[in-house]
Amino acid sequence: MQAGAALLVVVGVLLGIAALAVALARRPRAYRIVYAASLAASLAGFAIALTALLSNAASFVVLPLGLPWVGARFAVDALSAFFLAVVNLGGAAASLYGLGYGRHEEAQHRVLPFYPAFLAGMNLVVLAADAFTFLLSWEFMSLASWALVLAHHREAENRRAATVYLVMASFGTMALLLAFGLMAGAGGDYSFAAIRAAERAPLAASLALVLALLGAGSKAGLVPLHVWLPLAHPAAPSHVSALMSGVMTKVAVYGFIRIVFDLVGEPAWWAALVLIALGGISAVLGILHALMERDLKRLLAFSTIENIGIVFACLGLALAFRANAMEWAAALALTAALFHVFNHALFKSLLFFGAGAVLTATGSRDMERLGGLIHRMPATALFFLVGALAISALPPLNGFISEWLAFQAILQSPALDGWGLKIAVPALGGMLALAAALAAACFVRAFGVAFLGRPRAPEAAEAKEVDRFSLAAMAGLALICLLAGILPGFVIDALAPVTRLAVSGAMPIQAELPWLSIVPITEGRSSYNGLLVFLFIAISGFGSAAVIHRFASRRLRRAPAWDCGFPVPAAATQYSAGGFAQPFRRIFGATLFAARDEVTMPPPGDMRPARLVTIIHDPIWERAYVPLAGAVDRLAGSLNRLQFLTIRRYLTLVFLFLVALLLVLALWT
Amino acid sequence: MTGALAFDIAHMLAGGLVLASFMLLYQDRLHGLVNTYALHALVLTASVAWQAWAQGAPHLYITALVALVFKALVIPLALHRIIRRLGIHRDIENAVGTGLTMLTGMGLVALSMVVMLRVTAEADPLAREDLAMALAVVLLGLLMMVTRRNAIGQVVGFMSLENGLVLAAAGARGMPLVVEISVAFSVLVAFIVIGIVLFRIRERFDTVDVGALDDFRGERR
Amino acid sequence: MILDIAVQGAQMVLVLALAPLLTGFVRKVKARLTRRQGPSLIQPYRDLARLMRKDAVVAEGASWLFRAAPYIVFAATWVAAALVPTFAAGLVFSWSADLIAIIALLGTARFFLALAGMDIGTAFGGIGSSREMMISSFAEPAMMLTMFALALVAGSTQLATVSSVLATPEVGLRVSLAMALIALVIVALAEHARIPVDNPATHLELTMVHEAMVLEYSGRHLAMIELAAMLKLVLYISLIACVFVPWGIAPSGAGLGAFAAGALLWLVKLAAGGFLLGLFETSIAKMRVFRVPDFLGVALMLGLLGTLLLFVSRSL
Repeated sequence: MQAGAALLVVVGVLLGIAALAVALARRPRAYRIVYAASLAASLAGFAIALTALLSNAASFVVLPLGLPWVGARFAVDALSAFFLAVVNLGGAAASLYGLGYGRHEEAQHRVLPFYPAFLAGMNLVVLAADAFTFLLSWEFMSLASWALVLAHHREAENRRAATVYLVMASFGTMALLLAFGLMAGAGGDYSFAAIRAAERAPLAASLALVLALLGAGSKAGLVPLHVWLPLAHPAAPSHVSALMSGVMTKVAVYGFIRIVFDLVGEPAWWAALVLIALGGISAVLGILHALMERDLKRLLAFSTIENIGIVFACLGLALAFRANAMEWAAALALTAALFHVFNHALFKSLLFFGAGAVLTATGSRDMERLGGLIHRMPATALFFLVGALAISALPPLNGFISEWLAFQAILQSPALDGWGLKIAVPALGGMLALAAALAAACFVRAFGVAFLGRPRAPEAAEAKEVDRFSLAAMAGLALICLLAGILPGFVIDALAPVTRLAVSGAMPIQAELPWLSIVPITEGRSSYNGLLVFLFIAISGFGSAAVIHRFASRRLRRAPAWDCGFPVPAAATQYSAGGFAQPFRRIFGATLFAARDEVTMPPPGDMRPARLVTIIHDPIWERAYVPLAGAVDRLAGSLNRLQFLTIRRYLTLVFLFLVALLLVLALWT
Repeated sequence: MTGALAFDIAHMLAGGLVLASFMLLYQDRLHGLVNTYALHALVLTASVAWQAWAQGAPHLYITALVALVFKALVIPLALHRIIRRLGIHRDIENAVGTGLTMLTGMGLVALSMVVMLRVTAEADPLAREDLAMALAVVLLGLLMMVTRRNAIGQVVGFMSLENGLVLAAAGARGMPLVVEISVAFSVLVAFIVIGIVLFRIRERFDTVDVGALDDFRGERR
Repeated sequence: MILDIAVQGAQMVLVLALAPLLTGFVRKVKARLTRRQGPSLIQPYRDLARLMRKDAVVAEGASWLFRAAPYIVFAATWVAAALVPTFAAGLVFSWSADLIAIIALLGTARFFLALAGMDIGTAFGGIGSSREMMISSFAEPAMMLTMFALALVAGSTQLATVSSVLATPEVGLRVSLAMALIALVIVALAEHARIPVDNPATHLELTMVHEAMVLEYSGRHLAMIELAAMLKLVLYISLIACVFVPWGIAPSGAGLGAFAAGALLWLVKLAAGGFLLGLFETSIAKMRVFRVPDFLGVALMLGLLGTLLLFVSRSL
């Protein structure tokens, strides 16, 4: 059967599992059934989507649901096939992880029914082929994830996170609703095919673009609409955090690409500039926030903002190239964005799984209470290391490939005309390079403080390795990260149908190049071979070790640490997370976050400890959101007086409104 | 020597002047600031002398000589003496932090390139870039005046601005000598007046921090 | 084909064999400039041999990462150094990593070295790692922007193409190239832990960066890390030479005579670079740690300015 119908069956199965979970949720072993069934469904979905992508088959299904004269349309083309593959791969990994992690969940009845519903919602958004279905599925996805964020509702910060998330999600849906309304025009046919073919005024198109950016950007986590992300993502259970950060943000990116590259037609000339600017700023701000954090999951959430910034910046470049009729360069930039979407789904899920494992084993997300976990949880540490290497864009793993492609796209940009772009693109290059270096610093800090060194608190000293399902999920993702870094040509070739759909251009076919290298433009301009680099490093490393062990010495002695002759047994003398980040707070934080370190030293003779307090402000929250919320409060307060009017006043209101409507009828021509 | 190489060297010297302006921006010690200004004037001398050679305009050699003698030798030496006599040779505070100032400087360079290259779209393509860099030097001098609290820093900023104007005038062909002489003399007079005023300020208020002067302006804030 | 692989292999071995000699040369220059005799030129070889023979003493709390990191650091640095054209461009595997990949490989080495510094859980290791990541958060973007400027001038990120394009006279003297050169030199000083950024001869916590990270290493592990640092010096000087002084590099497919001449010229360039480095290190003092971002910020601004000028105008 067609891919579309098959995927709808998968969605139906997931919804069925959700319904089953409502009934079974209170049973002790229910989580096994739910997660195993979700795993099977997601794997099936991934296989179907991958086949559809590789065979570039399009399919279209109309179901008689929803409004009677409209029905619900679903379609699978190259773009949705790729994102469906990403969604289902993430879902499968999270389900496998959940098979092990689910045992520690104490609020099963609040998590199990909504988890398959969340997966189903994400699949439906990508499958949707008309505006109604899209928006309904988008809301369904948001509500399911909101319920999951509220799973541990007894903690006040989770409730606050859920409130902020609900407000931002509603705002996003409203923006998308208005965007679709503007795009469909007065015709009333809301299917994507009709929207694609419709003619619209440039003002309407620009407005639709801005609204789509607001709607999809807020769900993806683009600055300045990112404030809900670091609150909500850590509040959910760890496998759900992985799904929200790794997969749901990608669904938002899909929505944006669908609207801007496919449905709107030719976007306005400033669209690329706005995307590049917002993307670059998100990248730098996100990773700087992450450097200031001591909570592992909040750090990962901020790092998501950075990676989404990179994706949107590459999308902006693709738009600029397409508007300049340089389709090959647009394909390069879009491939960079989509490869990064794939990569980020992989390594962010892996990192969240690792953080979840640490949380399970030690009960703490706070890096200042961890340390030395590489001895207690060696497998988790290894997989987290692979994730940290990948997210820092280091060869030979996959993060480097998408960054390399992005830089190659930036290097083609001098051919673009437009003064704004000529200034913005080098600035973007600087910002991306800065973000990559800061990401490496952030993850050296995260891995080093949490896993290396000595335990800083008793819970870290007594941690135990987690179960094999969690480890299997992390191992699978780590392996895919390595494979995607060594054999990137296959992924690039798989993305070719998507770029042909979106920008009418494609990169050269990579599969037939010698030694499996990748050549983005032509052989003489640039090339990279992940397999050879990996082999060289492996051979040099093992070879030198073998030579030295054979010819020099292989003796090893253990002794106390040297520490310049003054070893201190207390674990508190090693560097803390705050101490590691202090140079960054001082250099970057002082201007951007008004960061201050306050030290209160008691006078000599006083036995109280000295205190170090670090104060960080979020300028966007304090300058934009808090005044806005205050204004809304004041407006609501003044409107509240409408509740307490006398009868005569109410009658007057009704009378005035009736007269106003009649006037409008009289004057409207 | 081919025309392209001549223009390359002219661009190199103009770019060096922009770099010297950046160096002026991040100096925080007064003696270092004056020495960097002397370097600024030296690069200007080299640039004007090269223009004199490349354009075959011998009066520009005199401009270069004036720049060398006055701006690279006399004025820095006099400033060193003033600093020592005022006793303020410790350090400067900027009104704005160094990182933000440098980023703003980069933005000003980008702005001047965009403006100059658009406005002079029909002129000689290689002279336009020299003009763009000269405008960048002028804007960086203004930025320096805005971000300094110490009056000597503002004086140096003003003089680096004037160096940028000289570069622009030398790059565009045909700057008559009388203009240069009058400009040089007016700068010298302005400089002497500023020196006297500085001493008076210091006598009166015991500081040359211009922020402190606000309290005496008669407007309470 | 066999000859090509042999030449590539010869370059890898030559780079490895000459690295300690270059370090010894720099130390000798510094000593002579301060009126000392200085250690012999082959002293680094003797030091490495001595370290290799000794037992490796490892702290009790060290993990497998601590023991594996020296080999990973060495491997990544050696692969990066082997892919920079030294006496011949267009070698058999030189297209597998371009400018950006070489910088990123050095980043991999630095990542593992910083992690190794944090492994034992002493304060010194933390200081070294924290400062090293701070320095790299400026040095890496500066290097990347410099590479952008070079790639924009040459129209390619392949090092062989860059060096052959920059050897032609049409390039001329460009402002952006001058800025790129200054930025690259500043980054090279920072990345190789040289004065004014770091002092390779001290063990005071006030002044250590690289030495703090490797404080706990001994024996063959320390030898590998020292060798990796020496390779980095060869890499940077070869990189600056192949981009800014590219004459004499034998093009691909040339005969043995061209290779030999290229190798000789490369040795001369290394010696000149080493001499200038020694001269520079002897003449200035080390900076305070929090002045280093200002210093590297200059490199970042120069790289950004050079790239910006190339975007805005093709002849700058």
